Amino acid sequence: MAITLTEVAAKRVEKFLANRGKGIGLRLGVKTTGCSGMAYTLEFVDEMHPEDSAFDSYGVKVIVDPKSLAYIDGTELDFTKEGLNEGFKFNNPNVKDECGCGESFTV
Amino acid sequence: MALLQISEPGMSAAPHQHKLAVGIDLGTTNSLVATIRSGMSTVLQDEHGHALLPSVVRYLPNGEIAVGHEALAQQSKDPVNTIASVKRLMGRSLQDIVDRAHIPYHFVAGDDTQSMLQIETRAGLKNPVEISAEILKALKVRAEKALGGELTGAVITVPAYFDDAQRQATKDAARLAGLHVLRLLNEPTAAAVAYGLDNASEGIFVIYDLGGGTFDISILRLSKGVFEVMATNGDSALGGDDFDHRIYCWILDQVRANTQQFNPLNEEDTRLLLTKARQAKEWLTDNHEAEIVCKLSNGHLVEATLSASTFVELTQHLVIKTLSPTRKAMRDAELSIEDIDGVVLVGGATRMPQIRHAVEEYFKQEPLTNLDPDKVVALGAAIQANVLAGNRSDDDLLLLDVTPLSLGLETMGGLVEKIIPRNSTLPIARAQEFTTFKDGQTAMSIHVVQGERELVSDCRSLARFELRGIPPMAAGGARIRVTFQIDADGLLSVSAREQTNGVEANVVVKPAYGLSEDAIMTMLQSSFSAAESDKQARALREAIVDAERLIDAIEVALAKDGALLSTEEQQAIKAELQALKTLCQGQDSHAIHQASEALNHATEAFAARRMDASVKQALAGQDLNTLDL
Repeated sequence: MAITLTEVAAKRVEKFLANRGKGIGLRLGVKTTGCSGMAYTLEFVDEMHPEDSAFDSYGVKVIVDPKSLAYIDGTELDFTKEGLNEGFKFNNPNVKDECGCGESFTV
Repeated sequence: MALLQISEPGMSAAPHQHKLAVGIDLGTTNSLVATIRSGMSTVLQDEHGHALLPSVVRYLPNGEIAVGHEALAQQSKDPVNTIASVKRLMGRSLQDIVDRAHIPYHFVAGDDTQSMLQIETRAGLKNPVEISAEILKALKVRAEKALGGELTGAVITVPAYFDDAQRQATKDAARLAGLHVLRLLNEPTAAAVAYGLDNASEGIFVIYDLGGGTFDISILRLSKGVFEVMATNGDSALGGDDFDHRIYCWILDQVRANTQQFNPLNEEDTRLLLTKARQAKEWLTDNHEAEIVCKLSNGHLVEATLSASTFVELTQHLVIKTLSPTRKAMRDAELSIEDIDGVVLVGGATRMPQIRHAVEEYFKQEPLTNLDPDKVVALGAAIQANVLAGNRSDDDLLLLDVTPLSLGLETMGGLVEKIIPRNSTLPIARAQEFTTFKDGQTAMSIHVVQGERELVSDCRSLARFELRGIPPMAAGGARIRVTFQIDADGLLSVSAREQTNGVEANVVVKPAYGLSEDAIMTMLQSSFSAAESDKQARALREAIVDAERLIDAIEVALAKDGALLSTEEQQAIKAELQALKTLCQGQDSHAIHQASEALNHATEAFAARRMDASVKQALAGQDLNTLDL
């Protein structure tokens, strides 16, 4: 399994990284919080940890720590617009249930 | 499913804990809202893809309120109920608006002459704060739709020359719109932040801002993370619209040259030609010539080709007109061209190549233009808002506020003693000691003023209070310590304390709406241009204060020891006294000095005799041997 980006998402990440002027890639993760137990995190990466896994998707380095990988393996990260809002969206096959807002989920 | 943004390492927010902060450029002609998305400052667009929201508010007959493009479209049909450029009225009283005749609104004075004006609309009386709040509400709705949540706060930009009342009015408008103001930020500072100029450790930057109807030039100095405004100047009636108007006049000339009889244009045709003129101007930014083709309401076809070089020729005087305030600002800041580390262009009109060339030629360096000049202020405000909302990890920039104008108090003779100078970083506290002017004086009136001029009458009055209970002492005996304090929110409090017996009085200054006569900008400018006359005025007031003190002392002495003088001597002194009093009504400080000298001289003998008399009195009845000599 792996973590992938859609092409649109990869282009956006590239643009944001270029604008930021530093960083080696994008970190996807989960933390235990929120109304349904787990919440996604999405961060720029300045340094990798030895235990991290890295995936390459359309030239963007996607980094995940082993604990998070268990929950999000197989996820495809997309970039979409909903009305005036726009941002990244996790398409995570492991999810059984998510809270109404979609910011947290259970597996 | 919520849409996520990329955070800085370790800064991911817990669900529902996102701190959504925006930067708002509340402009005279257009307003914008921007935010940080995935680390990138972005201007938020409305449903139709417009980034700019025209700063126009219309009160509709059905009780609804239209803001932006919709209101702008109806402006000429419903001028009385469609308010544009309300920013020019913020924090102003009726008497501040000089050229009322040219503005179609029905103005109504506030509760008193000092309070903010109101405009009569079909929705009732509206003040500029309420009208601005409508613009802010529209931006807030747009931002919350785009960010999918409630806003934590906003940074709103204001011109560098905005005074306390105008800043407070802007804050009030935000509160009315339900926005939490994280901070008001000077527009030129926001532009500098957008370009990341604050990442340098220090430097001097020029912000050249040519908007639709106003021109502002600001010189900023960055040192230790603080942007100081070194000088501002500008022209409140010069902007991109004037360039449109030049093309419009040119089109009319072309039409007149080709048509035998020419009827005056109706309003619709005027608007059509102005629109064509603006489009031609924008086209010429990237092209060598612009075709102007349109049909007037009488069926007449207008066809003309405007070349870029003709356009440059037509508008050369306008370009030159921006350089004069620029030079003045440079002179005020005592800088030469070599001192400037960067030039930032702000405002849509700076897209015109002739403007860029003129700026480049004057400053001998290429201006920064890679950000959209319409958006640069909002982008910078968003960056600042993001930091203030706590979305950045490290000790990122935290710009400090500075006082826009000096604060001081009135001293004898209507002079201003500055306590906190302009551009001091906040918070700040400064104290100074003052004393009494007359013998036995037991109260002191403290008049707090704001401005750069030497005379109280030329500055803006903020507050007055009295310190009572000063122990009666000889003039100059009491020691009164006056402390000015401005907290981080820019709120001023002034306290006065008599040092010997500890009586105290204080006041918290809430800036009243309404500025003395002109804009603060004019106040600033005039402080420079009026430096010489101010100096003379100060010299005159000082001479008068000295003379009055002398007159006072002599009159007291005459009343007490007049018997020591012959009638002729008394007459002579009284004549000198009268002469000095008369001169004090006049304007000649030199003559007052001379007359004071003469009076001093004329009373020397009197003073000697008084001295003798008091010595005699002290010695009377004393035995020489018992005197402790």
